[in-house]
Amino acid sequence: MIEVKHIKKRFEDTIVIDDVSSVMKAGQCNLIIGTSGSGKTVLMKCIVGLIEPDSGEVLFGGESFTKMNRFERTEIRKQIGMLFQGSALFDSLTVEENVMFPLNMFTTWNYKQKMERVNEVLDRVNLKDTNKKFPSELSGGMKKRVGIARAIVLNPKYLFCDEPNSGLDPQTALVIDQLIKEITLEFNITTVVNTHDMNSVMEIGNYILYLYQGKKEWEGNNKEIIFSKNKLLNEFIFASEFLKDAKEMRMLEETGKIPNDRNIDDMIGPTNLPKGGA
Amino acid sequence: MIKGMFSKPENAKMYWKEFIHQCSEIGIGSLGIVVIISVFMGAVSTVQTAYQLVSPFIPLSVIAQVVRDTVILEFAPTLVCIVLAGVVGSKIASELGNMRVSEQIDALEIMGINTKTYLVLPKIIAALVVIPMLVIIAGVVGIWGGRLAGSMTGILSVSIFDQGLLEAFLPYNVIFALYKAYTFAFIISSVPAYFGYYVKGGALEIGRASTKAVVISCILILFADYILAALLL
Ligand SMILES: Nc1ncnc2c1ncn2[C@@H]1O[C@H](COP(=O)(O)OP(=O)(O)OP(=O)(O)O)[C@@H](O)[C@H]1O
Ligand SMILES: [Mg+2]
Repeated sequence: MIEVKHIKKRFEDTIVIDDVSSVMKAGQCNLIIGTSGSGKTVLMKCIVGLIEPDSGEVLFGGESFTKMNRFERTEIRKQIGMLFQGSALFDSLTVEENVMFPLNMFTTWNYKQKMERVNEVLDRVNLKDTNKKFPSELSGGMKKRVGIARAIVLNPKYLFCDEPNSGLDPQTALVIDQLIKEITLEFNITTVVNTHDMNSVMEIGNYILYLYQGKKEWEGNNKEIIFSKNKLLNEFIFASEFLKDAKEMRMLEETGKIPNDRNIDDMIGPTNLPKGGA
Repeated sequence: MIKGMFSKPENAKMYWKEFIHQCSEIGIGSLGIVVIISVFMGAVSTVQTAYQLVSPFIPLSVIAQVVRDTVILEFAPTLVCIVLAGVVGSKIASELGNMRVSEQIDALEIMGINTKTYLVLPKIIAALVVIPMLVIIAGVVGIWGGRLAGSMTGILSVSIFDQGLLEAFLPYNVIFALYKAYTFAFIISSVPAYFGYYVKGGALEIGRASTKAVVISCILILFADYILAALLL
């Protein structure tokens, strides 16, 4: 379990994270959602201590990470796996070596054992025949998947993923979402995922924190989110006409009436195909 | 920065591997350029010394002495290290800068690895081991280049050159050259490592940081050169 208490962070004059508190439980996917620039990455880095928050406290399993010294933090960090938004693969190492790196550092396994584990996790992220390639030879989505493989190779207790499926096709994105969900349940991991992908939100959002301009605007789960009355949140999740319709369809099924001012005729018929770019 | 570098390594073998890797990067990587500049600096010293010593009262073997001493005292350590500051320094600064900007350093930190120990320390130790060796090679090759130029241009024969090499030879000069080499090696590795490690921004800043690192290393090398000469000669 990770507890975040009143985190604040400013860069020069702009307040990027403004008094955010949250409790992220083990064995579930905790999502941080919000528009681009709302502070998701900064919040995640504040939690793991890559950015030192100006004030507030973070607790891992009840212990104050913020107050720990370097050595105590190292012990926690060995239980953390993290996928960065830009993948952050070591570009002098091949895919295989990247994934094996944490094993080389922290286990006393022999080469065969390590290789087995590497292939196992690469298999789980649907990567084959790329073992000997360098990061510069991979597509963005492949890098993402190698990043995930590296993050989970040591079976972390805490898993952080910064936009795990941005840049992935919907099919692979689904595979990654499923993978994150599976290992979260399987190993009772406390998983924190930054995303603005509504599919992931609906798929894996056991707990959702909506950030708006650095503030916590809403929290809840993927069942509540659809019916939330929060205006800002609704603007975010129903930015796609498609989802708006989906919601209305569902409400129509459940209650027999449409909750807002839209005319039912709008929802049926050719005029309602998703508009360009949506 | 130095303070955070000496903590217990997680897996000594990985650090050793990184150290060996850096030795070959710095050593093998710059051997070619070091040999080339050494040959020419020796050759040029022979020709120019001969040009300046026109008096018939000075024996030709003095040319060899002068070449030997300038190469050992100044050219091999200082000139070579200035060039290495460019070659090795910019490589270190841009490598670390790139790792910083692309979050690779953060990725290591999050694994619980002390990045100063893992990334910076092996570079500094490798430089301290390898650069003095390069300076010794530069000295030998430089004198050989002078000898070659002497005989090729007909200024003085190989046998007179060899005879001059042994006259009034001070072994202390070699030790002094090594003092310089160690000092410069530290500058060449630590200054660029500092600038690279603390880069903020993007690709443009990496370029700026490595230029700045090279310029500052060069100035520090020349400054240290003067201080060492004033103190130890
Ligand atoms: N190192 C920094 N220095 C100054 N400002 C920063 C820094 N890092 C982030 N910011 C600012 O903080 C705000 C939040 O950035 P952040 O990267 O957390 O956004 P995000 O929610 O992750 O967006 P995206 O979905 O595009 O990744 C932005 O306005 C950004 O300009
Ligand atoms: Mg981000």
